[in-house]
Amino acid sequence: MVSSVLGVILALIAGGFVLKAAGVTNPIATYQEIFKQGFGTFADWRAGFTALFTGTDCPKGLLCFGPLSDTLVKASPILLTSLACILAFRMKQWNIGADGQMFMGAWAATAIAVFILPKTTPAVLMLGMMGTAGILAGLIYGAIPGFLKAWFNINEIITTLMLNYVAYKWLEFFVVVGPWSIGDFESTGRFPPSATWPRLTQFADKIPVLSGLTANPGILLGIVAAIVLAWILYRSRWGYEIRVIGNNPKAARYAGINLKRNILLVMALSGALAGLAGMNEVAALRELNGRFQRGYGFTGVIIAWLSRLNPIAAIFVSFLFGGLLVGTQLIQPQGISSMLQGVILFVVVGTEMLFRYRVYIEKIVEDVPVREIGDVS
Amino acid sequence: MTELSNAFEMCGIVKRFPGVLANDHVDFSCQVGEVHALLGENGAGKSTLMNILAGLYRPEAGDIFIGGKRVVIRSPQEAIALGIGMVHQHFMLVPSHTVAENMVLGLDQPRFFLNLSKIEDQVAELGKQYGLNIDPQAKIWELSVGEQQRVEVLKMLFRGAKILIMDEPTAVLTPQEVESLFKTLRDMTGRGHTIVFISHKLEEVVTIADRVTVLRRGKVSAANVSAKGTTKAQLAKLMVGREVLFQIDKKPAQPAEIVLDVDGLCADNDRGLPAVREVSLEVRAGEILGIAGVAGNGQRELAECLTGLRTIKSGEIKIGDAVIDGKTHWRELRWQVAHIPEDRSEVGSVPALSIAENLILKAFSRPPISTGLSINKAAVRKNAIQLVKEYQIATPTVETPVRMLSGGNLQKVILARETSKRPELMIAVHPTRGLDIGATEGVHKLLISQRDAGAAILLISEDLDELLSLSDRIAIIYEGKIVGETSTEGADIQKIGLQMAGVKAEA
Repeated sequence: MVSSVLGVILALIAGGFVLKAAGVTNPIATYQEIFKQGFGTFADWRAGFTALFTGTDCPKGLLCFGPLSDTLVKASPILLTSLACILAFRMKQWNIGADGQMFMGAWAATAIAVFILPKTTPAVLMLGMMGTAGILAGLIYGAIPGFLKAWFNINEIITTLMLNYVAYKWLEFFVVVGPWSIGDFESTGRFPPSATWPRLTQFADKIPVLSGLTANPGILLGIVAAIVLAWILYRSRWGYEIRVIGNNPKAARYAGINLKRNILLVMALSGALAGLAGMNEVAALRELNGRFQRGYGFTGVIIAWLSRLNPIAAIFVSFLFGGLLVGTQLIQPQGISSMLQGVILFVVVGTEMLFRYRVYIEKIVEDVPVREIGDVS
Repeated sequence: MTELSNAFEMCGIVKRFPGVLANDHVDFSCQVGEVHALLGENGAGKSTLMNILAGLYRPEAGDIFIGGKRVVIRSPQEAIALGIGMVHQHFMLVPSHTVAENMVLGLDQPRFFLNLSKIEDQVAELGKQYGLNIDPQAKIWELSVGEQQRVEVLKMLFRGAKILIMDEPTAVLTPQEVESLFKTLRDMTGRGHTIVFISHKLEEVVTIADRVTVLRRGKVSAANVSAKGTTKAQLAKLMVGREVLFQIDKKPAQPAEIVLDVDGLCADNDRGLPAVREVSLEVRAGEILGIAGVAGNGQRELAECLTGLRTIKSGEIKIGDAVIDGKTHWRELRWQVAHIPEDRSEVGSVPALSIAENLILKAFSRPPISTGLSINKAAVRKNAIQLVKEYQIATPTVETPVRMLSGGNLQKVILARETSKRPELMIAVHPTRGLDIGATEGVHKLLISQRDAGAAILLISEDLDELLSLSDRIAIIYEGKIVGETSTEGADIQKIGLQMAGVKAEA
């Protein structure tokens, strides 16, 4: 715990140097701004919590927990992809194809939304089917490298990595070049309204504090998935098997645990979670186009790692990271924000490694010059 | 000062690791030209002490004197420069390189260009000098374990070591190879080398050593004891602090029905080469069959076939009434077959999981531990607490990860898991390897009690003494075949030793 906090502090210091190099005179002010953008000011929070507990309307209206909206939106997909990675990594199956699995999930959800189900389908059914499609697509896409690894011992790092590119191109084909694009636009056009996430503010009449939150319920999918995954890992028989395999496959074999079946299952489920992330994104974006964001799958790897493969921790880490992404968006010039993110990530991950091992500060014993015994001069 | 000068002296050495005082003001010295044995249980601090001498650790306090001069040894390189060389238990050789290439590993010279033929000549010359004949061009993997050890010794001599530390050197040698090693050591001391001999094996210590120092829990419990004037029992008491039983008091075997029946078993090793060649044997309830043989002759593969970890190529295995074939569902059979594996942490346990979770490795798929999909945490804990008490496993809590346990305690966890359900058949592979006298005694007692309760036990071990004292019958395995079988009563140890080395016994 201490090491993580220390890592973050070191990272911020390192980031400060980056900012200084970019010509910023006061990095601390920049950080404050980033925090404000990502999470809102303390004053706002105070007002918001007061409103929550006293049941009144938040005086600032739209802006009470406002900045949280964007943060939550950003956090959703990376929470889900990080859960996908956590599940796979727990068994030492290195699924780095969460990105591709997410794309396939997005593709499948789009197919349901635009081409398969009629526009008039009620939202609950529509979203439900999209979710199912996303899960199934990710499941199959994850099962492929899983099968190859389980039965033929083909390195899953390579297969999942390569399948990412296949998925990118698959999407590109449908949306940019091929059958799904409308006119010259690389897009499917707007989804029917039932196929999109409602905004949380729309529930403000029931839960007042949600007023102003333009975020979507997708984050709830992630939270529920995290809780389920935590239960599986720590309380279920299957979770025990996963942890034994991940820690000592030989002992697992000895205990009669079926390795092949478990590798396949875990990779498939991991893909399913990432596929769900894809559906989540596409329901939030309300269309599928050529600019569908790549990279969430890889961010998931980092979040998984920083959370020490703990699903509940991942909820908080992805929230914080979402805030970072949002907060750095407005920094000029543009490149600085990516650079800052990169440096911060680099230092946090790097110090993580250092703190895994105890650092001993050895007393350097004074080197007394060699003398003969009895020589007391 | 005594008339014989001291090759080295270690005075007041203190070395701490988190949570343990490994060396507590230890004084240890050796005279030039002697073989000095360093005896102690696992965790007594002897490896730590020697690692300090060899430059791998630095002590918190204390001084080291070499030939009367005070020195500070900061690294193995400095140790070598001072003439101290260590031959470790696990050899530090590169298998794909030749002997000569291994000789120069890590040396400053040659700087860039390798003149191997010159080095080979030097190696051959050195070998001849010391009677350690080895082909400098041979590749390490081609050599036997005994020969590899000779290379390790030569390596140290090549670097000019005058003080040689040997860490458990006989662990992997046949009786004949041990004799050969001892002859070499005697030879070397004749030339003025000093040998520190770290060992558990009291028999050997008494044979080869001039003097013995015993460490116990980080302190010296007996220093510079003359080996000739001490009995094994006295040494054991110094090591452990209490009387130790050597000859296990065991009732004569009452073998009943056949539990394990192996017929013409054939299996390959990991490289695809035949490892088990037409092995046939039987073990009855209430008896212990020992399998003697030097490591690497197919015992491991045999044990793996008998516990479902290796596929059988041909032949038949019957456990009770069940015939083992490729489709056997081992998960069910494991209730009747207990397996004490060769490598505790590799196969036998899951290092990062807690003791409680390791104890349910076999039981996790059945009630009361699991019902339906979930695992009953309370039941797991209850089971763990009970077993920890019954088997006296030393641990702060049952949630402690097993990788923090000492070797002896880890073995207890495995034993608790395997034997608590009174198995019919037990396959024990090197069960006391790496364990100290106290823990070994415990394991032996347990094996005998299981046998008396009617279990059939197959005991595979490299320790002939252990086999002879525990088993009712002994079979010798060599290159995958059973080359001899005899009852332990009145067995001819010489003959067994020869059979272990592959020498065909005269009829």
